[in-house]
Amino acid sequence: MPALNVNGTTTDLDVPDDMPLLWAIRDVLGLTGTKFGCGVALCGACTVHLDGQAIRSCVTPVSAAAGKKITTIEAIGNDPVGAKVQEAWRKIDVVQCGYCQSGQIMSATALLHATPKPGDADIDNAMAGNICRCGTYNRIRKAIKIAAGQA
Amino acid sequence: MTGGDRMDQMTKAPVLNKRRQLLKAGGVAGGGLLFGFSLFGCSKPGDMPSDDRKEPPSEKAVGQASTAMTNEPPGLAHDAFIRIDRDGIVTLIIHKVEMGQGTFTSLPMLLAEELGADLSKVKLEQAPANNSLYADALLGGQVTGGSTSIRSTYKPLREAGAKVRTVLVQAAAKNWNVDPGDLKVVAGTIRHEASNRSVHFGEVVDAASQLKFPAEVKLKDASTFALVGKPVKRLDSPAKVNGSAQFGIDARLPNMGIAAVAASPVMGGKVTAVDEQKAMAVKGVRQVLRIEGAVAVVADHFWAAKQGLAAAAPRFDDGANANVSLAGIVADMMKVSQNTGAVATDKGDALKALDAGPGRRIDVVYEVPFLAHATMEPMNCTVDLKADGCDIWVGTQVPALAQGAAAKLTGLPLEKVRVHNHYIGGGFGRRLEVDNVIQAVAFAKLAKGPLKIIWTREEDIQHDMYRPYYVDRMSARIDDKGMPVAWFHRVTGSSIMARFAPPMVKNGVDPDAVEAAADLQYSIPAIRVEYVRHEPPGLATAFWRGVGPTHNVFVVESFIDELAYASKTDPVAFRRSLLQKSPRTLAVLNLAAGKAGWGKPLKPVAGRKLGRGVSTQFAFGSYMAQVAEVSVGPDGDVRVHRVVCAVDCGQNVNPDTIVAQMEGGIVFGASAALWDEVTVEKGRVQQTNFSDYRVMRMPEAPIVEVYIVNSHDDPGGIGEPGTAGIAPALANAVFAATGKRIRKLPIGEQLKKA
Repeated sequence: MPALNVNGTTTDLDVPDDMPLLWAIRDVLGLTGTKFGCGVALCGACTVHLDGQAIRSCVTPVSAAAGKKITTIEAIGNDPVGAKVQEAWRKIDVVQCGYCQSGQIMSATALLHATPKPGDADIDNAMAGNICRCGTYNRIRKAIKIAAGQA
Repeated sequence: MTGGDRMDQMTKAPVLNKRRQLLKAGGVAGGGLLFGFSLFGCSKPGDMPSDDRKEPPSEKAVGQASTAMTNEPPGLAHDAFIRIDRDGIVTLIIHKVEMGQGTFTSLPMLLAEELGADLSKVKLEQAPANNSLYADALLGGQVTGGSTSIRSTYKPLREAGAKVRTVLVQAAAKNWNVDPGDLKVVAGTIRHEASNRSVHFGEVVDAASQLKFPAEVKLKDASTFALVGKPVKRLDSPAKVNGSAQFGIDARLPNMGIAAVAASPVMGGKVTAVDEQKAMAVKGVRQVLRIEGAVAVVADHFWAAKQGLAAAAPRFDDGANANVSLAGIVADMMKVSQNTGAVATDKGDALKALDAGPGRRIDVVYEVPFLAHATMEPMNCTVDLKADGCDIWVGTQVPALAQGAAAKLTGLPLEKVRVHNHYIGGGFGRRLEVDNVIQAVAFAKLAKGPLKIIWTREEDIQHDMYRPYYVDRMSARIDDKGMPVAWFHRVTGSSIMARFAPPMVKNGVDPDAVEAAADLQYSIPAIRVEYVRHEPPGLATAFWRGVGPTHNVFVVESFIDELAYASKTDPVAFRRSLLQKSPRTLAVLNLAAGKAGWGKPLKPVAGRKLGRGVSTQFAFGSYMAQVAEVSVGPDGDVRVHRVVCAVDCGQNVNPDTIVAQMEGGIVFGASAALWDEVTVEKGRVQQTNFSDYRVMRMPEAPIVEVYIVNSHDDPGGIGEPGTAGIAPALANAVFAATGKRIRKLPIGEQLKKA
């Protein structure tokens, strides 16, 4: 019965240890901003932060997340870097259908925490795991640079 | 209030009951004015808004199918409603869905332009399912598809805005005892400058509701637009960056069960056995449901459902399609493609001109594969079925079709089936189909309580309805001067229309299957285009972003490129010489070629061969040219570095959205052209997930430069042309780089040295 600290609130959950964090977040806690896309860490739609690191919640068991600080898209605006990323996304209208964008923003925020002034190769490395079928990639790249104060 | 907040209200609130009250009362609960409009006049199915440009006929079809399902004629009643509350908030009940293409911003812009409303005070409510109230004039039903949203609302929405503005102004003028002509409307406020008086819309709605709408209104000249044509920030953006935007998969109801499903891996197969007890032993599993062709395991959450489904280990009788293979399908298609087809275009005597005359004849065969949609949001549907009604939460391009299907399955009357539409996490044509709704309702009939079904990615890819495989036989004769004198194109493939909208297939020709082939833009003296219908066994086919043109623009633009090289003429110059009667296509070709630096050397990339390729098209009412720059590595891998896209889509509404649709459409089309195909063995789709159905990722995405022609002509569609134009530009660039002509998609391993 793991206790999960999600967005600053700790909740005891009656779920199996091997349950992927994604389903605990979406189906048990009811935070639906984190998305299901592939179930096997290929698309990045389910990206959340675990102690500030971007992880794929669809393959991370709740047991591995217990005792750590989990942040989802719903709370990323409380993080100054996350807020800047969201602002940049809005500034140049990155989104289209929007389904993948929670994951994109979580990956981008983690990147900027680790590498505040990323080059194109850094952006490629950090974002290659996040698929966008609408093809917003060039705008994502530009928005990351705007959030980093580089554009 | 931000746009995002407004969208949230829209997607979360059950608007149906509220709207019914409105209609009954003929006014607004709590005060205000409801304007019922027939947005498209007294349009009969298929009537066009004032636009005399030739439209591909196929675009009406989707809606007609939807009509057939619900047995209600489209376009006879009010199409959309505008409400203005006493606090001045304008609400547009929007009959189109938002799937990324920007309609939830561009449609309110059209209304606000003539109404004189403050766009930030325009709220949206998603229209309920109702084919007679919310039909699209181009499509003939309540459908979002075919790149029609702006085309079909450009004039009607502005007229609606102008009519409402007129009565609001008249009410204010009467109140002040002044001439309406002396009043100005700015941002939701009516001003009389001489007396320095002003009122906001909400203050005059009661008086205005007593007035009659003018029969005719004069619309603004396009050169004086305040909003339309200017970049406006997307209204759905805030909700989509903070996780609050609600997609169908996000629906949550009290005591809802969540199900994982497994349909027969072979189309038409039947469930033979299920280990129900093993499934029920998984903690959290509530029920095992079985319908003829599929099993669902319902649980407290999706993880338990998925574990339960694995434990249930459903077995199937594969049925008649057990031995279907792609190789068999293609072999059959190759054979039937030799038959004479139904004639779509017959100009001059192309067959005779091909056989004889000066110059040389060229005969080639093109092939394009089955494709999956692979939308980011896997298929899902939530159903609450009770004895006296059915509520459905889903993201759909065809709410009335969903409603009709559920009514048929449950035996409920249409009005007892309520479809709560949502943001769509990728449409691309996939959500023009309601197989997910049908399956969910079938399971809901057996379920205890509300039920959400979610397909895994594997289920989604293996039970998609696929873009058809096509075989195209192409022939041409070029004369001694290198000019084409005869053109022959025979399309062989599945007819989506024959299933979706049978009346659209006329004289054996599926208008979608030959769209952008039958209406060739190039001036060639003799042209014959034929269609041979061939339905593959074991796979359902459906519309895919760019529909007919995505297949035909590839074939036509690749073959015209072949003819250019055969006549030893530069591909751009060759096209120019054949486009003298298509000035708008010629103009975008020149624009794209100029901006791309056509003819100038490309910047070398170490160890890689470089090439540029071009394509042109007229489809969805828009003209486009693309120039792609690619490099090919020693292993035959293709990188697309830069794409220059010139588009003439008539009047721009929200220009940055046009740019975004080109950027995205090109990435979508390039993924497919480079890598994608759905293959079948023993009746089973072989692809499973993004591991073997490869889609473009950020490091692979080309730079896309978009140049938009400034125009006040009637608008064309922009959601799909970008996808249609990239495959030929890319493949032609590969030829320029390597000398290898790509006649079969995807490019895949074709350039790998043996």
